[in-house]
Amino acid sequence: MSVPRYWREIKYRYRLIGELCTECGAIIFPRRRLCPHCGCRELEECKLSETGTVLSWTVIQHPPKGYEKYAPYVVALIKLDDGAQILSQVVDVEPEEMRVGLRVEATFRRVREDGSSGIIEYGYKFRPIIEEP
Amino acid sequence: MRPVYIAGVALTPIGEHWELSLRDLACEAALKALEKAEVERIDALYVANMGAAPLQSQLHLGALMADALGLYGLPAMRVEAAQASGGVAVHEANLAVASGLYDSVLVVGVEKMSDALPLEVRSALAMAEDQEYTAYTGVTDVGLCALLHRLYMERYEAKPEEVAALAAISHEHAVGCPHAQYPFRVSVEKILSSPMEADPIHMLECSGIGDGAAALVLTADRGDVEIAASTVAVDHFFLTERSDPLILEAVRTASKRAYERAGISPRDIDLVELHDSTTIIGILSLEDLGFVEKGFGARYVSEGNVRRDGELPVNTFGGLKARGNPVGATGVYQVAEIALQLLGEAGRCQVEDAEVGVAENLGGVASTASITILRRH
Repeated sequence: MSVPRYWREIKYRYRLIGELCTECGAIIFPRRRLCPHCGCRELEECKLSETGTVLSWTVIQHPPKGYEKYAPYVVALIKLDDGAQILSQVVDVEPEEMRVGLRVEATFRRVREDGSSGIIEYGYKFRPIIEEP
Repeated sequence: MRPVYIAGVALTPIGEHWELSLRDLACEAALKALEKAEVERIDALYVANMGAAPLQSQLHLGALMADALGLYGLPAMRVEAAQASGGVAVHEANLAVASGLYDSVLVVGVEKMSDALPLEVRSALAMAEDQEYTAYTGVTDVGLCALLHRLYMERYEAKPEEVAALAAISHEHAVGCPHAQYPFRVSVEKILSSPMEADPIHMLECSGIGDGAAALVLTADRGDVEIAASTVAVDHFFLTERSDPLILEAVRTASKRAYERAGISPRDIDLVELHDSTTIIGILSLEDLGFVEKGFGARYVSEGNVRRDGELPVNTFGGLKARGNPVGATGVYQVAEIALQLLGEAGRCQVEDAEVGVAENLGGVASTASITILRRH
């Protein structure tokens, strides 16, 4: 992994920064040059909701290169509370506890390592919400 | 635009060809297709391939394969659209002949997956998706299909055995197919008791890893099988941005355009080669190609309608599941198989009296859809 390629995504991956379309109001993630729904080019940076609901999920048994030591792990399609959708690993959960409708929150985690001398990549993952009393 | 015909067809068996290189495989299919086609000369070469860069560290396949085939001086190029490379290459070749620019062209799809470890193959397949935000999560191509599979079962109350039936029927069809990788029966019970690949998708619901090459000669000279239409359409690249992930919009768009161009409706189609990289993608495809109403695909399949002697013969040589899925070559295999059916050269896999067949080839989770319709004259 080249350092600039990693570095240029840091803001968006570390803080869950997306974009708001000034024309149709869609929340867009990841960032891009025009709204994929209406084509508008006036997009404003915005913070995404850090909480959401699982729409669907799977357990990756056979991972791609770089993710071997995490397997098996859960990947879910999540609808954030602001309406945007995001694909993410769900951690701190056993596969048996996963279900559609599970409430989850964003958390900052290690994603993968580039060998023993390369950079360590971080980013968002989600975890089940444990409600306060 | 003038009519384009298929003059020569050749396939290598799909499997683990330890003794054959990428170049050997492509030559084996291409030379056979050229022999059968008996055209005066070839004006252009299209090489369909997805994974030679990550798996063999090989690019520049146009010139490399042209050289291997002794075709010097002509335009030659690689066509890449992930797992839809084959279908898109056939489309580009068809356009070049239909336009009148070239009279006869050669399309060869080739993939050599057994050279790499399964881990490396999974990473190569994940290259069909966005690397910064999709592959970054550690999801695999089967994992993305699994998200759709669960959604489908929840929304339409489809049973696992109804979805898995597509794999069982595809295996049934591969029995007796000389180029199939897995030409044997597998029961629905066995499929559903195989280990999970990505919950709820079982290992035996996924296509495997194989080497293979398929070649076609397309020509403006009148022949027995015509390309009635070829189309390509793309969809939102991110599943998260699709308004309904259970609708393969690219399949809808490309097939609608293809039916219009060929002047037919789905009812006129006698056989189908589906992109069943996983069972759920095959089921969604049947719906979005217009054969079954949304949500009823799994039931339609499990009722046996897609058997070779059923209402709509599907994957008549085994499909991606049982014939095999040498990714970049798969779309060329599909078109070649439809041509063999229409020519009456399908051997034990023959469907009687077929006149019109459609091949559907997808890249990523249907981010690219390629549709080819063939018609017998």
